[in-house]
Formats: sequence, C-alpha cells, structure tokens
Amino acid sequence: MSPLLGVGEEDQSNVTLVASSTSIDSLCCNSSDLKERNYMGLADCSSVDSSVVSSVSDEAKRSSLNLKATELRLGLPGSQSPERDPELCLLSSTQLDEKQLFPLHPLNDGHCSSTQKSVPSGSKRGFSDAMDGFSEGKYLAKSEVKAMLSSRSSSNLGLKSGSVLEKLGTQPANAKEPQKIIQERSRAADEPRPNNNGFANGNSSAPATKAQVVGWPPIRSFRKNSLASTSKNNEELDVKSVPGAMFIKVSMDGAPYLRKVDLKNYSAYKELSSALEKMFSCFTIGQYGSHGALGREVLSESKLKDLLHGSEYVLTYEDKDGDWMLMGDVPWEMFIDTCKRLRIMKGSDAIGLAPRAVEKCRNRN
Amino acid sequence: MNYFPDEVLEHVFDFVASHRDRNAVSLVCRLWHRVERLSRQRVFVGNCYALSPEILIARFPGLKSLTLKGKPHFADFNLVPHDWGGYVQPWIEALSNSRIGLEELRLKRMVVSDESLELLSRSLANFKSLVLVSCEGFTTVGLAAIAANCRFLRELDLQENEIDDHSGHWLSCFPDSCTSLISLNFACLKGEINLAALERLVARSPNLRSLRLNRAVPLETLQNILMRAPQLVDLGTGSYIHDPDSETYNKLKHTILKCKSIRNLSGFLEVAPRCLPAIYPICLNLTSLNLSYAAGIHGSELVKLIRRCAKLQRLWILDCIGDKGLEVVASTCKELQELRVFPSDVLGVGHAAVTENGLVAISAGCPKLHSLLYFCQQMTNAALIVVAKNCPNFIRFRLCILEPTKPDPVTMQPLDDGFGAIVQSCKHLRRLSLSGLLTDRVFLYIGMYAEQLEMLSVAFAGDSDKGMLYVLNGCKKLRKLEIRDCPYGDKALLTDVGKYETMRSLWMSSCEVTLGGCKTLAKEMPRLNVEIINEHDQMEIGSEEQRVEKMYLYRTLVGPRKDAPEFVWTL
Repeated sequence: MSPLLGVGEEDQSNVTLVASSTSIDSLCCNSSDLKERNYMGLADCSSVDSSVVSSVSDEAKRSSLNLKATELRLGLPGSQSPERDPELCLLSSTQLDEKQLFPLHPLNDGHCSSTQKSVPSGSKRGFSDAMDGFSEGKYLAKSEVKAMLSSRSSSNLGLKSGSVLEKLGTQPANAKEPQKIIQERSRAADEPRPNNNGFANGNSSAPATKAQVVGWPPIRSFRKNSLASTSKNNEELDVKSVPGAMFIKVSMDGAPYLRKVDLKNYSAYKELSSALEKMFSCFTIGQYGSHGALGREVLSESKLKDLLHGSEYVLTYEDKDGDWMLMGDVPWEMFIDTCKRLRIMKGSDAIGLAPRAVEKCRNRN
Repeated sequence: MNYFPDEVLEHVFDFVASHRDRNAVSLVCRLWHRVERLSRQRVFVGNCYALSPEILIARFPGLKSLTLKGKPHFADFNLVPHDWGGYVQPWIEALSNSRIGLEELRLKRMVVSDESLELLSRSLANFKSLVLVSCEGFTTVGLAAIAANCRFLRELDLQENEIDDHSGHWLSCFPDSCTSLISLNFACLKGEINLAALERLVARSPNLRSLRLNRAVPLETLQNILMRAPQLVDLGTGSYIHDPDSETYNKLKHTILKCKSIRNLSGFLEVAPRCLPAIYPICLNLTSLNLSYAAGIHGSELVKLIRRCAKLQRLWILDCIGDKGLEVVASTCKELQELRVFPSDVLGVGHAAVTENGLVAISAGCPKLHSLLYFCQQMTNAALIVVAKNCPNFIRFRLCILEPTKPDPVTMQPLDDGFGAIVQSCKHLRRLSLSGLLTDRVFLYIGMYAEQLEMLSVAFAGDSDKGMLYVLNGCKKLRKLEIRDCPYGDKALLTDVGKYETMRSLWMSSCEVTLGGCKTLAKEMPRLNVEIINEHDQMEIGSEEQRVEKMYLYRTLVGPRKDAPEFVWTL
C-alpha cells in the first residue's frame, strides 16, 4: 500500500499542503490555457443542434477566462481558524478541519505536469456547457444560489469567497436539462435501448419530457422486470382475485335464511339485481326488476323516491371497511373488489341513506 | 511470539473471524502468515479478476467457503454489456482439480453455466451450500444436477438470478435420501414447480429453517408445507391468493398459529389482500419483512399489516406506502435498523409516493436506523440535515431521487449541504450513494468528513475534476468508487494514480476521461487492469483524444484477463 501522509504529523502535512497547493495552482493555470473541450463535439451526434454547439463555444470562452478566479483554494491550516463545529451547521459555522485536507502526493505532481500537455484537461465543465437553453425558472435558481452563498461567510470554509460564487455564476445553472444531455449521451453511447430511441429525434422540449436514461433509476433489472410483470398480473387479478368463484352472502330483511351469490357470474348491476329478484322472489321484492336503475344509469330522483316510499327494498352492501353502502355508486369492477356481503334493506330502514342518495341524484342531474 | 507452538496460534486465530482481521493477522510476520493461511477456512474475493484460482488454492489449502464477486456493481443496471465476463467456470475447474474440500460457494454477479454447476456437483463431494445472487447463465438443468448429486446439501439460495426455467423437474431430483436441507430459496424462478415433490421434500427435511417459494406455489401448497414445517424461521410465500371464505384459507389461519418461529417474512409475489389477516398472528414476532415484490398490497392493508410488526428490524417495501405509511412505520417499528423503499413505478418517471417527509418521520421515530436505501420523488437540504441529526449511526446511506439532478424543490439549491450534513454527522458511514443536483462542494464535504467511507456511487453530479479529487484525497478508506455521467476527466483520473492500488476498483462511465488518459494510467500502474468497454465499435485505436465511454479499472495480481471479449480493451 502506498504510504499515505501521516495524518497526525502536522508539520509534515503543513509542508506538503503548501507544496501541493501550489502545484495544483500551477496545474490549474495550465489548464486555463488549454483549449476548452467541446464535450458535445466528441459525441458525434448528427442531431445535435447547431445552437448547442455555438452556445458551447461561447460558454467555453467565458468560463475559461474566469477559471483562475473560480479557483477553489484550500485554506492553509491555521489561517482560517479551522475547528470542527460540534453543531451541524455546515456553511455558517463549519470550518475546515485542520488535520487532513487533501495532502496530495508530491510524487504525482511531476507526473501530472508532464502529462498536462498531452492530455487536454477535462476540468472544465463541458457537461453543463452543452445546455441547449435555459428556462426562466433555472435562471432564477442560479441567482438564488448566488444569494444563498453570498449571505454566508464562505471564508469560514477557507475558500475564497468570491470563487464559489463566481464559479456558480459563470456556469449555466446546475439545474440543467439533464434529459437532453442524457439523450445526447445515450445516443452517443448508442445503446440499443428501445426506450431511448423514442427520444432520439433531438427532442429538445422541456423538462417535462422524461427521457429514459439507461440504468436509471438504479434498480436491479431483475426487480424491474419482476415488478413490471406483477403489475400486469395484478390488474387482471383485481377483477378475479380468487380462483373460481366469488361467493358472498346475501341477506334480506325478514327472510328466514340467507343466500349466497357468485359475483363473478355478473358483469353489471342490472344482472345482479335481477338475479337477486329471482332468488328472493318468494319474499316479494316488488318492483325491483323493472326499473334497472341500479346500473350505471343515474338513479333519478323520482324513481328513488318511489323506491323508498312504501315497501320497496334497497340493495346495500358491506364493504371492506365494514361500512354499509348503497349499491350502484361505484363502477362495477370496484364494487366487486370491495363488496363483502349484500343486504336487501327495507325501504323504511333506508331512510337514513336516502337524503344523501337523493342529493347525489340532484347533483348528477 | 516465537515460542508459541503453531497450534496455539491457530487456536487464537480461530477467534478472529472477520476477513479483514484475518488479512491483517497474516501481515504480521511470516510465521503468522503461514499459520493463518493454513488454518483459514473462509475466504472472500471481492473481485474475481484480482487473482487466479491457482493462487487462491495454493495459499489456502484448508479452504471450505469461498465468496466471489464478478461484474462491477453497475452491471446491475444494465451498464455492462452482456458478455463482459465474470465466469465461475475456471474457478470450479481449478477447485475440482485440487484437493480442496470446498463446502460453500457464494457468488454474486457472476456468469454460472449449467456445466459449471454440474462439475461442481460431481467433483466436490462434501459440498453443502450454494448461494447465487444476481447471477445468470444457468437453467433449471444445472439446478437439477445440484439437487441430484450433492448428497449433503444444506443450502440452495437463489436470489434475484436470471434463470432459464425449463421445467419443475429439478425439485424431483433431490433423492429421497436427502434430508439435510436447512435452507431453500427459489423465489426467483419463473416457471412451474412440481408441487408434490416440493411437499415431499419439505416433509423429509426436519432441519428446514428457511424456505422461499416462487410464484407458482399456490396457497394450498403453502398450507400443506407449513403444516409439515412449523419450525420455519424464514418464510417466503409464493402466490398468496385465495377466497377468504374457503376452507383452505381457514386451515391456513390455524396452521400459521403454530408457526411461532417465523422471524423473516417475504414474498407475496401475487396477493389477495383480503387473505392477509391470516398472517397477523405472526407479525409481532417478525424481525424482517420484505414486501418489495408485493405490489398487490397497498394503502390501508399495508398499513394495517405494518402496525402489527412492532419488532421489525429490517423492512423492505415499495414506495406506494407513501409518506403517511412511513409515519406509521416510524411510530410502530422502534427497533428498525434497515429500511429500503423501492419505487413501484419502475419506469421511474416521477410518480413516486414518498418524499423527504417520509424520511424525516422515519429518522425521528427510528433512532437505531443504520442502513437506508430510499427512492423518492424529491429531497430537501433541510430534511437531510434533520435526518443527519436524528440518526448519526448510518453505516449505509443510499438516496436516489428519481429525477436526475433535481435540486432542493423548496430552495432550488443543490443538495450539497444536505449530504454534507449526513457525512459530517455519521462518522461510521461506509457506503454512500448520491443523487439530485450536486456541485463540487458535496465532494469537498465528503473528502473532509467521510473518513470511514468505503464505497461511493455518484451519478450526474459535480462541476469539475475537483470533485473527484476531493474524494480520492480525502477518503482514506475508499475501496470502490463508481461514477457515471459526471464531468471528470483525465486530470482527476491521473492526479493520484497510486490511490487506485489501495482500492478494489473504479468505474467511470459517460465522463470526460480520454483514451490517452487511460493509456497513461495503465502505463504508470502495471498492477492495475485498466479496461475500456468499447461497445458498438465506437473507438478507434489511435486517437488519444477521444472520450472513453466506459472505463473500469481494478487492482490485480495476475495482469490482464484472458477471457475478455472483443469489445473490452485492457490497456
């Protein structure tokens, strides 16, 4: 294992820090002289808008000029009273910890500067430079970020206070349009993903377009596939959630015994009510069969009133939560799912239900 | 020290169990190295290409249990092409040619063929335990070989593998004489199962403690199985659907009352929520509940269930539980240590049902929480700061905001401060995954505070090379770094090349590193394999300046691997 600089030895690390920070500076100076990498140019995408390219070069110029100013410099130990604040207030009171701070390995310095010439620096933020354009909201974000930063004394961090601000200021706001970038990237990578191809038409419309990024969100493909097929199955299952039948008890007020019906045999309220009528005909339901109002059709106010005045019966059911509901309000599929038992209630008993039901009719009509 | 006979040293080393400690022990002196290696039984190899089977076998002749990991982590998310590598065949061949009496093999993200399984089952007479996680390349034919030939098989644990399911025969291949099963998990199998064979197998396995069924096992069979195996500690149901008014269901209700030992519950791959009350009686004993595949349980049923699980230490659920549901978790599960909230909308297109509020509630209610995986719609700095204060014990903190680079929606700022609070507060943090809008500053914080950090996953973050440099410099214990879609280039890559030998691996995809930079690195560090994945033939060999789409480097004792496919260049 390569020997890491002794954390405890302050003198040593001080010295090294100084040495390495200057070398970083020199590295960065070098990099600012280098030509800005055209990130998008490498992507070799024919569908890259020319507007993108031009904005890149503009940004590049601006950014490289400011590079020096945006230099994040490390405060030398002792210079900025670095002590770790016990409280969790990072920016306002948190200060640099004295002991560690990136003791860069001196042995690499020489190496780096020698390679500096052959390797164009990637330190510029080409990624966000490749933004197509900014929405208003994002500009706002940028200025808010600025404001946030300036209100804290960033010198506590041992950072040049101007640097962070300007750094964020010059670059297009971090709130970029990731979707477009992602599309570019994935096209560049040319992943044969059917999802991405759908967006491969240079679709630069707004943030609302959620591109499907390869490998995002980071969920195991096994899980993804499994949940996708489960959701399909569940839709089927919701309607027929038991193998075979779906028998529920039906009680009628005044009848000596209960019956059971298989809800699966019916596909609408009308069918159910006529079946019930047949089943309980010996106990005289009355005019149930004829009105067919217990379907998707609206219960007209007058009909309901007819129902409830006199000896008519009302079909009610108990749902999953144990509440007694008037049949006919919800779609059939939902009813099937939530119904636990049926009760044919006498009209006179149903008075309590009526006002609401009547109001519903009024609202519907 | 020199006067202790070897046996005494060996006896002392027996008490040293963890891999790291044993590795440390072996570095003390030659004597200790020798005693340690001769007595070592369990070995963990985090990257199968870091060494060769021959080296392993030579060093540890007493090897009984081997854990191997193959593909890089991002292979889980389809970022690694299919034939990249990670074959277990050479290992099994080498082991079968040696005198090693391997008893346990645990593989993760490796390619396992039916031939490998067959060879394994034939050549290792004492083989007892096979655990395959996220592997692929085999079918039920291979499983049949394991079942038929491993006479002392105790454990067959298949977790989230892609298995070609040809038939349910393999279960019948367990001979009648096989009575040693302790753990059987085939939940990831997609095909039919011979139910009668399964029931018979359970009936003749008195030591069975852990059983996880697949979707093809209906409730009737579950009922029969539980009757025979009330001693189960870990149960994964298959299809949990029936008519709650049926006799089978009633029987199940009674049978479950006898299963007092169940502590882990999972499955519910298909579920009729109205049948859930049958499991209420065992909920109080549960320490681990995995409903992350139970898309059919949601809303009030889910909450009703969780309210009964006061002793939960580990909970894996889908985000349809919602913030409100998480509040219930927070008020019920005071012992909670690990929480994973997965997205139920797998396309990840922003209809997630949990936000920062759920997480804050959890942190307030569950102070023992140390492991978190949280997929959410949004997160705020304020929330993260509160979470950091409430739960300073995080060891694993993985936050995935579904929309890449999404800022704090309240302040529109990056989430640097929030994550910074987490790393500052959680001094034992070993694993961290970032998401949302992030600048270089978060990496400054990580470098400063995350002293124990071993694994970091970064996506769509940072502004410049500095981000990566902060991490490489500050995190002394870093072992795995995986980065995608970040603007880090050659400077970040090359500033501290020695660091990579202290790490297991580095993955960078869709970043700014160039072919030239990678070549330089490879030249400087001969003990690293620097692999470029050149899918679709994008790259040309000459041009140094072209950007490298996917790079994976790792330290190794054995140089470039010989099984690399054409599209993988080892520089």
